[in-house]
Amino acid sequence: MKIVVCVKQVPDTAAKVVVENGQVTWGDAPLVINPWDEYAVETALLQEEEHGGEVTVISVGGEDAKEALKHALAMGCGNAILVSDPSLKNADSLVTSQVLAAAIQKIGDVDVVFFGKQAIDGDVGVTAAQTARVLGWPSLTLVSEITELDPGSKTISVERSVEEGRQVVSGQLPAVVSVVKDIGEPRYPSFMGIRKASRAEIPMWSIAEVGVEVSEPVVEWPDLFNPPKQEVVTEIVSGGSPQETAETLAEKIIEEKVL
Amino acid sequence: MDFTLTDEHRMVQYMVREFAQREVAPIIKEYDRKQDMAPFILPRMAELGILGISLPVRYGGQGMDYIALGLACEELEAVDSTLRVIMSVHFGLNSMALLQWGTEAQKEKFLAPQARGEKIACLGLTESGAGSDVAAIASTAKKDGEKYILNGEKMWISLATKGDHALIVARTNPDAPDPHDGLSAFILEMDRDGVTTGDIHGKLGVRAGSTGWIAFQDVEIPLENRLGEEGEGFKIAMSCLDNGRYTVAAGATGLIRASMEASIKYAHERQAFGREIGKFQLVQQKIAHMVQSYESARLLYLRAGWMKNEGMRNTRETSLAKWFATDASFEAASEAIQIHGAYGYSDEYEVERYLRNAKGGVIYEGTSEIHQLMQAGYALEYREDVPLRCELPAYDAESWQIEK
Repeated sequence: MKIVVCVKQVPDTAAKVVVENGQVTWGDAPLVINPWDEYAVETALLQEEEHGGEVTVISVGGEDAKEALKHALAMGCGNAILVSDPSLKNADSLVTSQVLAAAIQKIGDVDVVFFGKQAIDGDVGVTAAQTARVLGWPSLTLVSEITELDPGSKTISVERSVEEGRQVVSGQLPAVVSVVKDIGEPRYPSFMGIRKASRAEIPMWSIAEVGVEVSEPVVEWPDLFNPPKQEVVTEIVSGGSPQETAETLAEKIIEEKVL
Repeated sequence: MDFTLTDEHRMVQYMVREFAQREVAPIIKEYDRKQDMAPFILPRMAELGILGISLPVRYGGQGMDYIALGLACEELEAVDSTLRVIMSVHFGLNSMALLQWGTEAQKEKFLAPQARGEKIACLGLTESGAGSDVAAIASTAKKDGEKYILNGEKMWISLATKGDHALIVARTNPDAPDPHDGLSAFILEMDRDGVTTGDIHGKLGVRAGSTGWIAFQDVEIPLENRLGEEGEGFKIAMSCLDNGRYTVAAGATGLIRASMEASIKYAHERQAFGREIGKFQLVQQKIAHMVQSYESARLLYLRAGWMKNEGMRNTRETSLAKWFATDASFEAASEAIQIHGAYGYSDEYEVERYLRNAKGGVIYEGTSEIHQLMQAGYALEYREDVPLRCELPAYDAESWQIEK
């Protein structure tokens, strides 16, 4: 079975992300693989263990996105590809999905593509669905469990985590699947994987090599600003009896229009 | 000179940090209070390959270099000293000694299962009457035909009750003119008849670890379990310490980091006199000292690790790294408590555990006093290292990856 995982390099969750001179910056905080994508890698590796085949991890981004790819290699993915092009600097999720779809087509004969449910930097959360649309494949998003995957009959059944509960969905392969946390804890990189990853030469594909004409980004970021600082005022409500304290508190809550 | 870590090192650091922070940090307080080692720790460290991190693949190891070992120890002790103690004892004091002094047959039989974490190992050197004064060891190993008969008791032995193998230093020649030359080293399988073990409770620190005693009464050990030649026991013990101390130095560096990070966090959170306490210069001074200690300790252990990689003798440098880092870790933990005030004095925060754990490091694997004597001895040229019959193998990036 041929499996592809799409990953993104993002600032560490502990990084302090701020806007400076109209640009988003996280200082010199380290970049890491998008935490949601680790679940996608884990899912891909579990499927590979069960059905055989190989897992290729791809990312669209600059040279620094190799870190995310190396992490996925260290976890156990067989191959990695970086699609990098100066023209992609302001890519939105539509452009990214066009590039990813083209790269997936170039890899060829792919049975299933895994994504994390969203990236923690842009939090757009639609790249998986958009990639499926460009490929013309079924889109199974927010998947919490893969109940059945049969490369022979080219079928897949999953459970989706939706607001109302769990939804059971079946589809045909090839398909694009985005996963949520419930899919299972991602494994740590192994030492053997680390060694392999640190020595890996990751091929870089340009837009021309992928063979895609991308559209202009449809999403613009006309203005960026830091969220207003929250002023927190603490007040301890007291009273002669619990009854009185509760009454005062209730009055204050109504007064402040909290409820 | 290149101070950057390689991709490989950074990934090892990340992996070990994730394990320690995600799996151990949430439960460590509970086990520290219970004075017990969490049962999942050893099997999990084995499964992740940490117990065989810096050993050639052909001996069941993961083929990483000695810097990776140091980085792993730093990450482990940043969560709890007991995790690093496992590495000091199982890996530094025992497994590295087998790599250095063992025959191929011994490496195959004892080292490989240790590297894979199938067997846990410890070192039996200290006795109730022999600590810094190693030559005072009273345990005996009497040769009797094709075997030795072991008698005596070892004290303050980490992993005594968890270990499957122990490296035991005992007296084989009571008449040696220099008592140092009368000692030999033996690999003891702990399931042999006449071996008993127990845990010691009531320790100030490393409470989530296992520290105990091993007693042997007329225990028969075959000749092929002797490590090195007869009379080489003292030299072997000292080389064990060159390796164990490296892990202690790296770990204590992690402990300084933990104290520093906790202090910085608290200095931002805690308000006094209308501002966060980090704004006060006397708090800043304490944090500045922690930064200084952390970075100095780190450079010292990384140099020792680099020397090990290169196959250079590093007794002096490792001793210096261990002495500095452990003293500094005690100081950092103490000041971290001071910054936390009364909260630091309770186990609601982590820093009181750091202090209790740090006190062990300035005692075991050469007290701070012993290290000062060593450093002065080198400086005054009263002391010099003579080449050993078996030196610790240098790291070799290619041959260490070869499978059998």
